[in-house]
Amino acid sequence: MIPSDDLAADPDVPDRGVGGEKAGRRRTSTGGLVRSLRIGAPVLPFLVYVLLGLGIPTFVIVNLAFRSDTGRLTLANMKTVLSGGQYQLGFETSLKLALVTSIIPGVLGTLLAYAIATSKFESLKRAVATASGVLANFGGVNLAFMFVAAFGTVGLATSWLAHIGLNPWNYGFNLYRFSGVALVYMYFQIPLMVLVITPALSGLRPAWREAAHNLGASTWRYWRHVGLPVLMPSVLGCMFLLFGSGFSAYATTEALTGGTIALTPIQIGAFLSGNVISGEQNIGYALGFSMIVLLLVSVVGYVLLQRRASRWLR
Amino acid sequence: MASLVLEYSVEEVPPLVAEPGTRRKIRWGRGLVLVVALAYFIIPVYASVDFALQNNLGQFSFVTLKAIPSQPGLGAALWLSARLAILTMAITLVLMVPTVIYVHWRMPRFRRVMEVITILPIVIPPIVLILGVLDAAPLWLKASPYMLSLIYVVLAMPFVYRSLDAGLNALDLKTLVEASRSLGAGWISTMRRVLMPNLRSALLSAGVLTAALVLGEFTMASLDLWQTLPVWIVNFSGTNPHVATAVAMFSLLGTWFLLLFIVALDRSNSRKRRKIRA
Repeated sequence: MIPSDDLAADPDVPDRGVGGEKAGRRRTSTGGLVRSLRIGAPVLPFLVYVLLGLGIPTFVIVNLAFRSDTGRLTLANMKTVLSGGQYQLGFETSLKLALVTSIIPGVLGTLLAYAIATSKFESLKRAVATASGVLANFGGVNLAFMFVAAFGTVGLATSWLAHIGLNPWNYGFNLYRFSGVALVYMYFQIPLMVLVITPALSGLRPAWREAAHNLGASTWRYWRHVGLPVLMPSVLGCMFLLFGSGFSAYATTEALTGGTIALTPIQIGAFLSGNVISGEQNIGYALGFSMIVLLLVSVVGYVLLQRRASRWLR
Repeated sequence: MASLVLEYSVEEVPPLVAEPGTRRKIRWGRGLVLVVALAYFIIPVYASVDFALQNNLGQFSFVTLKAIPSQPGLGAALWLSARLAILTMAITLVLMVPTVIYVHWRMPRFRRVMEVITILPIVIPPIVLILGVLDAAPLWLKASPYMLSLIYVVLAMPFVYRSLDAGLNALDLKTLVEASRSLGAGWISTMRRVLMPNLRSALLSAGVLTAALVLGEFTMASLDLWQTLPVWIVNFSGTNPHVATAVAMFSLLGTWFLLLFIVALDRSNSRKRRKIRA
């Protein structure tokens, strides 16, 4: 989470870091510059690492997204990606999947996090918290296989449901298509929501609830006028984060469907595995670039809403 | 999977329901949510256990479990994943811990920049990053599986930074460092004997989640053509789905138990320390 730190908290500390140095370069003397460089020096290894591990690969992607097969600047790749055809379809399906798997898990995850936070069973809390950490981070491949065992055509849960006449496969459900992939995504998106929303729940002070009740508010009115307005920015912000996570997930779908669903990450994977049409040599980079743009929007949304939320969550 | 994990322990959250009057009332809504969630999370695990305890004809049998140790390639995949996890944790520790401590101590304004930098791996997710890495990395690096560790360090940055940042926010860093220095301790001694013990929980949570990330990472490993554990599971699932499912479930449960164990260890240790202090 982005803490709303009080930057002026420590006036004694010389805070002319690398970031401050750029702003101050015009007014400081050469001596000040040397001084700020010396103070900033220990951060250099980290910055160099990020530049090599993240900066250069990103530059390569952005650069190649706008190059033709012969290396000339072109918009052709972006046009291919955005104007009709399989790539636009992939983009739309990915967006739809990301929306479904951010809104539903966002709501359910908040409810679950609240239920956990207000629960009195310490060991249950710990178990759910660590399970959330594992599920949100450990990744989709394992989940894909476990879901085949549960909700596949001959899965255990399928057979239970079929027993009471509700076989989901007869009602349009298919584990290896959109509905199935969305179901498995929930399995790591809900825990992710629990993890990221839990700190925000601590901002709901019991005193507010008591005050509301003392003034005669019902539980519903407390939530309507106090609880939800305070939580809303955090919940929406975390949903943005979930959107990014759902939009960029690759492993689950690949393991579950073998890459038969047209999603943008799957198409990038196919591109990397060598399924390239001549004349579209750089199409994968254009796909990557458009993903970066979309994820940038969602992360900025997350950061801004988080900042808005921090007003109450001190 | 891009994820931003800040805390894995919910217990720091103060109880939200304070009124003693409502405590006796059974909260049906909360119970329902917990039960449904529990069922949702347990069903696939239960189904996998059931599936792992079947032979190819669907009868109850321990054939699958007995067959796991002798699967071709499983040992090598497990060992590769373990090496990558250890290396990733080591690099993360050496790179991130001194940097974040230093930024907190001398360059508090730079924390804004650090926050932006460490959120970037979410903007550039594994499936996109690997595109650029495979294109930009020199050949000698691409020939080594350890290149994956170098990138996993970047993937882990969002939650490693936030975990360390939260840990450091809870300390009076300046006073601690100055007290230690004025008592004659060198930098290494200050780090090892003053800062590390204070940051233990933050370091543990960062380390464990990094390990979980590396052990489960499929996207980059498979596209870089290295057979780590998740890649093995997918490759092998065609040969014997029972074994693949069993391994998938065991690695997930194993990681979870490891996490629970470490958290429990951490709690009992800190309780002990509190007793000594008191």
